Amino acid sequence: MFRPVLLAAALTAAVPAHADAELDALRAELKQLKDSYETRIQALEARLQAAETQTAAAPPAETTPASTASFNPDISLILQGRYAHLDDVGERNISGFLPAGHDHGVPRGFSLDHTELVMSASIDPYFRGYFNLALLDEEVGIEEAWVQTTRLGNGFSVKGGRFLSGLGYQNEKHPHAWDFADNSLMYRALFGEAYGNDGVQLKWVAPTELFVELGAEAGRGANFPGTDRNANGAGSTTVFGHLGGDVGASHSWRAGLSYLHAKATEREGELDDVNDLAVDTLFTGTSSTWLADFVWKWAPDGNARERNFSLAAEYFLRKERGSLCEHDPLNGGCAAGTGDAYRSRQSGFYAQGVYQFMPRWRTGYRYDRLDPGAVDFGLNGLNLAPPDYKPVRHSLMLDYSPSEFSRLRLQYSKDKSMAALDENQWFVQYIHSLGAHGAHAF
Amino acid sequence: MKRLFIACALWLPLAAHGALNVFACEPEWAALAKAIGGPSAQVYAATTALQDPHRIEARPSLIAQMRRADLVVCSGAGLEAGWLPVLLREAGNGKVQPGRPGYVEATRFVALLEKPASLDRAQGDVHAAGNPHIHTDPRNIARVGTVLAARMAELDPAQAAVYQAQWQSFSARWNEAIVRWQQRAQPLKNLPVAVQHKSFSYLLAWLGMREVATLEPQPGVEPSVGHLARVAAQLQATPARAVLRAAYQSPRPADWLAARAGIPALALPFTVGGNARAPDLFGLFDDTLDQLLKAAP
Repeated sequence: MFRPVLLAAALTAAVPAHADAELDALRAELKQLKDSYETRIQALEARLQAAETQTAAAPPAETTPASTASFNPDISLILQGRYAHLDDVGERNISGFLPAGHDHGVPRGFSLDHTELVMSASIDPYFRGYFNLALLDEEVGIEEAWVQTTRLGNGFSVKGGRFLSGLGYQNEKHPHAWDFADNSLMYRALFGEAYGNDGVQLKWVAPTELFVELGAEAGRGANFPGTDRNANGAGSTTVFGHLGGDVGASHSWRAGLSYLHAKATEREGELDDVNDLAVDTLFTGTSSTWLADFVWKWAPDGNARERNFSLAAEYFLRKERGSLCEHDPLNGGCAAGTGDAYRSRQSGFYAQGVYQFMPRWRTGYRYDRLDPGAVDFGLNGLNLAPPDYKPVRHSLMLDYSPSEFSRLRLQYSKDKSMAALDENQWFVQYIHSLGAHGAHAF
Repeated sequence: MKRLFIACALWLPLAAHGALNVFACEPEWAALAKAIGGPSAQVYAATTALQDPHRIEARPSLIAQMRRADLVVCSGAGLEAGWLPVLLREAGNGKVQPGRPGYVEATRFVALLEKPASLDRAQGDVHAAGNPHIHTDPRNIARVGTVLAARMAELDPAQAAVYQAQWQSFSARWNEAIVRWQQRAQPLKNLPVAVQHKSFSYLLAWLGMREVATLEPQPGVEPSVGHLARVAAQLQATPARAVLRAAYQSPRPADWLAARAGIPALALPFTVGGNARAPDLFGLFDDTLDQLLKAAP
């Protein structure tokens, strides 16, 4: 706009007065130029104004459909396998502890671990569903199959079906999300793998800046330490609470306390008698377990991409009270004259640290220790040996994750979980996942 | 009647105190929500500019904040796939579930670039819906702002007029700034650059710059030394004027390549708070242009 004016001024100053005709022609041309400029600017301004009012009046419509909103459920398949270098030990039971249910153990040499098939999706605006199938040779296990409310609001959610209990820290994690190639001794002694149940869970998150979560579960209680039952009502109940928060941008933590109460009827077990011979036993009574868990994670400025560290520790105390008898293999049930009162109080813990020292590479150390505690066999004490061996294990691992979907791991364990056996164990493991992104919990 | 008025007048400040809680997944959306909400909105940014938004832990503190939120605003398009679903699931907050007015996915309101023609993880961690880093084009921020202002007004009708007024004022200043930035950025047209991750595709498209190389062999995969050497060789044939990375990304690959190619490595703020000169949305683009213009001929 200013340029034509300046040009005109320059022209008037520069051109001699006698060139009048030429000057008029120039002036006319200039005026034409100015007019055309002005109309074009006006048109542009109008267009800009129109565009502005349009954007102000109507927010842009949602265009691209979100990937997760497709109707197909998110499907992922987890492939796991390993090579294990182990001593030739017949039965791998932790000394002084009853063998807990669902525990496959690890075969020597090459073997395929669980192959997991996972599906999840929103069912409708009110529920979401999750399904986890664990496949092994000649065995298919429904690890989880549940529905959960999404719109209850006020921090409440209800889950129903078969699910892994919210107690402790590691319990809700499937083996592919573990930081080590095998389970901690504590979880092996408590539940075999993890405590799952058919039942309902109610959870509530408090509307506070500090993370406060309270939960309660009631269920069938068919899994160790309970037994399956033919009865109405609940066979096991769980309550748990978690607190958590951040300390600065780099640190975060979570701590929890959980309680599990279960009933057992003629629960099978195996104990050593005073002559170190195995005795098959049946336990009827109640089992209550306290768990305390603590997790602390660090990443510089909260950016876990380059380096990060996590420390997790859990402690349990389990009390069982009821009666124990020797299993009569011929007639089933208790062998006559062997039953008497049984009380036990056992505890244990694990602590582990995992450090990602550069992208893709992590290393970790885990310490396991169990205390067989006090076991009172009543009159059976004459035949059964009270346990006095404290199982211990050290594990060291190194893993490499080429991407978020693949992981290779090497682990060495010094396992003294069985009395009179000091074993060096080596594991090489792969965990690969196909399909949907699995978002992992803290 | 008079007493009733007094009672109302006394009660009003209390009502105003019940501010709209906004949970923003990334700092740019937090800054935008603050600009619209002013003192009427309590805005929480779930991540900082020094954190990789692809890799965030679903920390307990985030679940607690999600529980309190009236409105959640995130980039979407799979950027937060590793953590946002956990927060939504664990928080038990019905108001902010996908499909409710309290849930805004910014990428659903703009046209996305780099939609993959085929989906295969062999190509790295590709986002099926397209590149989610839309906020590096300020015009996209304006588009999302319109949506956000409307949603905030819908969720907090008592303050609707305030939100609209604040948005109009911000939007006017923002549009002026966009014109100013576009004028300043004239020398950047056709400027060839290398990028560490495809973080700046929208910025480059807006300013007409050219991306001649990517340091990551595949999206989300760390560049190896071998790959960087190949990129360096590639830059000999098609030279770049600068290597761009986001503040949260490791400086090593970009610095190495920049030293090898004899060009500057620029740590762009990428989002609000990425450096001291980017404390707000205006500073973010001012500093981004300042840095880029230094690389221009």
